[in-house]
Amino acid sequence: MTKQTTDPVGKSVPRIDAYDKVTGAVQYVDDLQFGPGLYYGKLVHSPHAHAIIKKVDVSKALAVPGVKAIVTGEDTPHRMGLYMQDRYIFARDRVRYYGEPVAGVVAISEEIAEQAAKLVEVEYEVLQPVFDPYEAAQPDAPLLHPDMAEYQWPPFIFPEPGTNISEHFKLRKGKVTDEGVDPEVWAQCAAIVEKTFRLPQIQHVPIEPHVAVARWDLSGEVTLWSPSQSPFAQRDLLAQGLGIPHGNVRVISPYVGGGFGGKAGISIEANVVVMAKAVKGHPVKVRMTREEEFFCTNVRQSLYAHTKIGCDKDGHVLAMETAYYFGGGGYNDYGVNIARAAGYSCTGPYSIPNVKGDSHSVYTNTPIGSAMRGFGMPEIHWGIEQIMDRLADEIGMDPAEFRRINCVKTGDTILTGMKMPAVDLVQCIDKVTEAINWGKEEPPSAPHKKRGKGIAIMWKAPAMPPNPGSSAIVRFNEDATVNVYVGAQDIGQGAFTVAAQMAAQVLGIPYEWVRVSVNPVDTKYSPYEWQTVASRITWSMGNAVRAAANHARTQILEIVAKYWDEDPADLDIKNGVVISYKSEREQPLKKMVVYGLPNENYEGWQGGPIIGSGKFMPTYVTNLDPDTGQGARAVVHYTVGAQAIDLEVDTETGEVEILKIASAYDVGKAINPDLVMTQIEGGAVHGMSSAFEGMFFDENGRLKNPSLVDYKIATAMDIPKEIHGDIVETPLEDGPWGARGVGEHVMVQTAPAIANAIYNATGVRFDDLPLSAEKIYRAIHAQEEQEQ
Amino acid sequence: MLHEITLNVNGELHIVPVKSHHTLLTVLREQLGITSPKRGCENGECGACTVLYDGKPVNSCMVLAVEAEGHVIETVESLAKNGELHPLQKSFIEHNAVQCGFCTPGMLMSAKGLLAENPHPTEEEIKHALAGNLCRCTGYVRIIDAIKDVADHS
Ligand code: FES
Ligand code: FES
Repeated sequence: MTKQTTDPVGKSVPRIDAYDKVTGAVQYVDDLQFGPGLYYGKLVHSPHAHAIIKKVDVSKALAVPGVKAIVTGEDTPHRMGLYMQDRYIFARDRVRYYGEPVAGVVAISEEIAEQAAKLVEVEYEVLQPVFDPYEAAQPDAPLLHPDMAEYQWPPFIFPEPGTNISEHFKLRKGKVTDEGVDPEVWAQCAAIVEKTFRLPQIQHVPIEPHVAVARWDLSGEVTLWSPSQSPFAQRDLLAQGLGIPHGNVRVISPYVGGGFGGKAGISIEANVVVMAKAVKGHPVKVRMTREEEFFCTNVRQSLYAHTKIGCDKDGHVLAMETAYYFGGGGYNDYGVNIARAAGYSCTGPYSIPNVKGDSHSVYTNTPIGSAMRGFGMPEIHWGIEQIMDRLADEIGMDPAEFRRINCVKTGDTILTGMKMPAVDLVQCIDKVTEAINWGKEEPPSAPHKKRGKGIAIMWKAPAMPPNPGSSAIVRFNEDATVNVYVGAQDIGQGAFTVAAQMAAQVLGIPYEWVRVSVNPVDTKYSPYEWQTVASRITWSMGNAVRAAANHARTQILEIVAKYWDEDPADLDIKNGVVISYKSEREQPLKKMVVYGLPNENYEGWQGGPIIGSGKFMPTYVTNLDPDTGQGARAVVHYTVGAQAIDLEVDTETGEVEILKIASAYDVGKAINPDLVMTQIEGGAVHGMSSAFEGMFFDENGRLKNPSLVDYKIATAMDIPKEIHGDIVETPLEDGPWGARGVGEHVMVQTAPAIANAIYNATGVRFDDLPLSAEKIYRAIHAQEEQEQ
Repeated sequence: MLHEITLNVNGELHIVPVKSHHTLLTVLREQLGITSPKRGCENGECGACTVLYDGKPVNSCMVLAVEAEGHVIETVESLAKNGELHPLQKSFIEHNAVQCGFCTPGMLMSAKGLLAENPHPTEEEIKHALAGNLCRCTGYVRIIDAIKDVADHS
């Protein structure tokens, strides 16, 4: 008999998508078959980081046999953008990063399209580029968007037209002015650390590169197949950008081969739709090569952070001043909102009474900076978590204790004036320190190695507009199996599995009776979901699924109650059977959930096919004051966590070996504990890898390392010897069963935890990422020379 | 130029016209409709396209289709027999070794190749065998556990 799991919430049931994934049955976009009518497209990329387009001549390319159409900026007159409407689908007057799409060639084969793309002649007038976000924010920097004042943006974004600053978020709390924290406060500090930190752009590196297929029917219906975290947001952007009704745009998104934020928002998809418009009726497929994936899809933004924090002699943090400059790239996708999120969370997970924070998103001549796992948080925690360590060091306090004292606690008034919802960060710190024998000095494995331990903590709120919604539908079949419909996407995190668990729990049926009918997510048939981002799905989609299942459950109980002439309140559903606690009668769900139940003597019937629908949208997020960042409720909630690392540094090579990484996160309630653990493990390795990753550009803005050989990500050989995880469960008030998300948090503080452990081992600190064996080797030896 | 070749894939012979410069990966995916080998880089750098080639794991994006004639090629589609999953597939499910799943077919074929040559590998040997298969989701931990579990119980 197949297994039947009742009451599956909180149980580690197997993933609902695993069978199809291990048999090769799962289809990703590039696996879908479109028949012989399929055309292929290639993008023509800008060879300059910053230039005026003088002329585009497609005649030679168009003459190549097999070429069907070529589109350019001429064909895309409307500006588009997720927050800032700052870009044309194909560049029109100006290019702003190396690799920006200037034209798209459609042909009968990929090879012909590629050849023809090389024949598109574009005349440029090269302009001075600017790459560094801090430089780009200066008044004399080359201006990327002279027309910024004409752009449209939502009311919670504050760009500064006439500069490259596309968002400036201001946070003012306590005794501060625009000049900074009151000098009297600084005077009370026993230790003050002030530092500048720099982080490079990094790439998501999903193993599935971006690919999109689009078809523009003669009737005006547009269909886009894309591996997308945001099918509904893509529909919205396309409808706006192309001036067509939402109902005419259909986005179909089968399984996603890794997202990490890179497949949220929109990158090449709009280009492909415009290319398809030129060859109506034919599907057009564009696949990014791995090289294009690196320079022509969105990346994590670079950051320049200047931060000053002070504490008193007992270790209480009193003041912080910080300025963040995110290198947003040529255009904004999520960029402005990342800077905003980094602004309203600028202290990291600490209660600090006096704060001046300024967070900027700055246009730079680099690939589009956008969402990546953690959304601004890994970037800002890199500096904050090292300064906290230094402060603890200066006043002679244990860094874990320092964090216990200062970290955010339930009910604290945090930097924006909001009350901190229930979390237990102290418990997370306790768990990870215990897991790595914190405070116990342990010997290295060889005389030329140095061993050290480090800790870092984090917080992150879902960063999104105040009102992103989710919806869900549950539908019963004759045998009481259920199909659950959601518009959320499974990007590997297990969203479909938890949706099935939640529906089964509410409906009182075994987990195995639930099918999740969302592959593909299809905006024509799936219920609305804002986007699968921000670690919001378990919480937001979960609430919608729970509501939909409750809606169905209520209908069932009412029908049976009427049939038995009882009160629905006395009934329950257990293991697929409606039971009465009062009369102890039983009614299986089978059949009745579709055919209903007969009246006495079959004089008529009750009920009918059961369909439940449900929705969820947070309704309580408030505006923040543009001058101070203060408001009653900045965000929906925060997830918090800690990581501690035990590592060895080889002083002869600079190589770092992580012996153990311990993570603990407060997830409210683990709907599927083992899936939470797989996020914790995968995140720890992703976080470790990110500390050693960087995109490097030459003086013309051309990416120097656009391959998996030159841009290395962690392999099976590189992983920590031991990865330990602990789950803390402090229920979230409005979370389903108390759950909150954890998908991104698992890598936010890994890089600074490593840096703190390297310091503990070697006495050397690093202000800039990426780390590398060479850099560590040099720093250790430079320090030794200094000491001699 | 077109060549008519016979490919032995998953125990079946396929007669296909292939272009000289087309890779085994392209022909498997686009002409035979065998889509489990994935296209991750087409440059031998990610392992998503791994198939068994005479029992040994290779990156099918680095093999020309014409070269593959006369060799035995296996993909994930051949692993389950009579509706029964291969022990590696079962183990991948049990250990939650799958997240987005895009690396999974390549991982499974590398694992099968490894266990055929070395039925009881150490953890280090498993890591070594997977060094060419990138996974951005799982951190490899469960994949290694899943393979080890199969090795320990065979
Ligand atoms: S696609 Fe063959 S190794 Fe990446
Ligand atoms: S499971 Fe996503 S790349 Fe391995």
